[in-house]
Amino acid sequence: MRVAVLTLRTLVTLALTILGLLLITFVIGRVVPIDPVLKIVGDRALPEVYERVRQELGLHLPIWQQVLLYLQKVLSGDFGRSALTGQPVLADIARFFPATVELATAATLLGVALGVPMGVLAAVRQGRLADHLVRVLGLVGYSVPVFWLGLMGLVLFYAKLGWVEGPGRLGVAFEDLLEPVTGLLLVDAALAGEWEIFRNALGHLALPASILGYFSLAYISRMTRSFMLAELRQEYVTTARVKGVPEWRVVWRHALGNCLVPLITVVALSYGSLLEGAVLTETVFAWPGLGRYITESLFNADMNAVLGGTIVVGCVFIGLNLLSDLLYRLLDPRARA
Amino acid sequence: MSARRAWLMADVPTSRRQARAQAWWLAWLAFRANPMALMGLALVLLLFVVALAAPWIAGRSPIEQDLAARLLPPSAEHWLGTDELGRDIWARIVWGARITLTIVGIVVVIVGPVGLLVGTVAGYLGGWVDTVLMRLTDVFLAFPRLILALALAAALGPGIENAILAIAVTAWPPYARLARAETLTIRRSDFIAAAMVQGASTPRILLGHVVPLCLASVIVRLTLDMAGIILTAAGLGFLGLGAQPPAPEWGAMIASGRQYVLDQWWVAAMPGAAIFLVSLGFNLLGDGLRDVLDPKRG
Repeated sequence: MRVAVLTLRTLVTLALTILGLLLITFVIGRVVPIDPVLKIVGDRALPEVYERVRQELGLHLPIWQQVLLYLQKVLSGDFGRSALTGQPVLADIARFFPATVELATAATLLGVALGVPMGVLAAVRQGRLADHLVRVLGLVGYSVPVFWLGLMGLVLFYAKLGWVEGPGRLGVAFEDLLEPVTGLLLVDAALAGEWEIFRNALGHLALPASILGYFSLAYISRMTRSFMLAELRQEYVTTARVKGVPEWRVVWRHALGNCLVPLITVVALSYGSLLEGAVLTETVFAWPGLGRYITESLFNADMNAVLGGTIVVGCVFIGLNLLSDLLYRLLDPRARA
Repeated sequence: MSARRAWLMADVPTSRRQARAQAWWLAWLAFRANPMALMGLALVLLLFVVALAAPWIAGRSPIEQDLAARLLPPSAEHWLGTDELGRDIWARIVWGARITLTIVGIVVVIVGPVGLLVGTVAGYLGGWVDTVLMRLTDVFLAFPRLILALALAAALGPGIENAILAIAVTAWPPYARLARAETLTIRRSDFIAAAMVQGASTPRILLGHVVPLCLASVIVRLTLDMAGIILTAAGLGFLGLGAQPPAPEWGAMIASGRQYVLDQWWVAAMPGAAIFLVSLGFNLLGDGLRDVLDPKRG
């Protein structure tokens, strides 16, 4: 019974949030100073043509009917056509999204693999050199513009040192050789056994993923540190030490084990914010993902595409929040009651 | 010990003014003991000084072109080099400080009061007002901030006013959340009950008793967020949605230096360094303020 109520409440909240999201995008779409009718018919159209298109778009209806119409269209997956590609926006997004997922996932993996141990180290050595170093690294991550760091990374690691491949996802020689299965190049190349393509794709991914991963690292290490500090103050830690449990076990098993549940929430949130950071990073690295699609459409005043992308990213964001919430309830017995 | 110091350090304050001054003095003493926070304060003060004294510091015009001197590396003549139109980058960064400060200032002036108002009203009144306001806040929080700001700035059209508006619309919800949480903890306090019994009106209780108590945490959060606001503004500028050329906006400067970055790195590097220093300053200052003003979260 309780579970049913809880599930129902979660679903209602979810529906309300998505409704709110769509209402916001509707309002944003209405704010546009460009007359959508004029954009279609051109400014030398006859008044009757203008009026007909206006009616077709439903702009003569009262505003609440327009809202309903908009909701109906969006919920059935119709985001309109992109002026830039001529394709339905949803098809475009499906094509570009895997690139963003690949980038954000690689970045999150980096952030977790480095950020968690750094946070633990900082907490154990609180107030000492290691702690200060981690803190400075985190502060820099919070303060530096991601697109600028990306540009500087390109100058240093691509142009000067030649350690990584340049902008884009693949070298020109390798393009279109691979049949997309998942859309994630690394996975597709590995599945096809094309290791040369794999290496090239990895070379292209390394720098943008490291730049984004750094931001995820800054956040994750900071949160890990504060969770660990709280745990290390608990009495069970003292008990474990007193009864002779080795220190590494106290830290990495007992204390860190109890931080894992809140950390999952942190990782989910940072994944969401990486999708956001991807907008600027993808622009810098000419990475053909959703973020670049949004910004390119933006320059062409292609609001269908911009709002479609916004809705998709917003939904992923909401989904991640929900997922972390559910995992939290599932894993933490205290939150289950 | 001077008389003023003795007045500040007295064990028992004799007036309300003295008590307030003492609280501030103690906070300053704690703040002063934190070298990182002092560095942050110095960086932020530097931004203010540079912005205010731009005409005297810059030395040249930020928009005057000199095509004979384009893309020059840093030198004694041009401290930070020149850009693709031969404009002095140092002068542009100095004048750009005004733009950054304007954006941050206006966003803060909009976001702080709006967040405080929504949060305290929701927390104090409770009931359906609370539900409606917090649902609204949650919807905005569920949205990725930069993308919402992007879409909004794109819809409104490029320009600094629209960028400011877009950032403000996306930045207020955390403050509403914060103010509401603070309000909930003090709503049932005896002093609120006492004020009610004395016949104080709801607006009076909110403005005179609740808001001042929420102010500390909101200010701390604002200072910490300042870096985020600056970075968002720079990002919008980088995408061409902020201040329009020839205005020396830092993000837009990076964007225009982008095509020369492989050979003339300084054109893009210098404004980025400026953004970095300023947001670092605000982050350090915010951390320091949090330790002083908000010991329970330390």
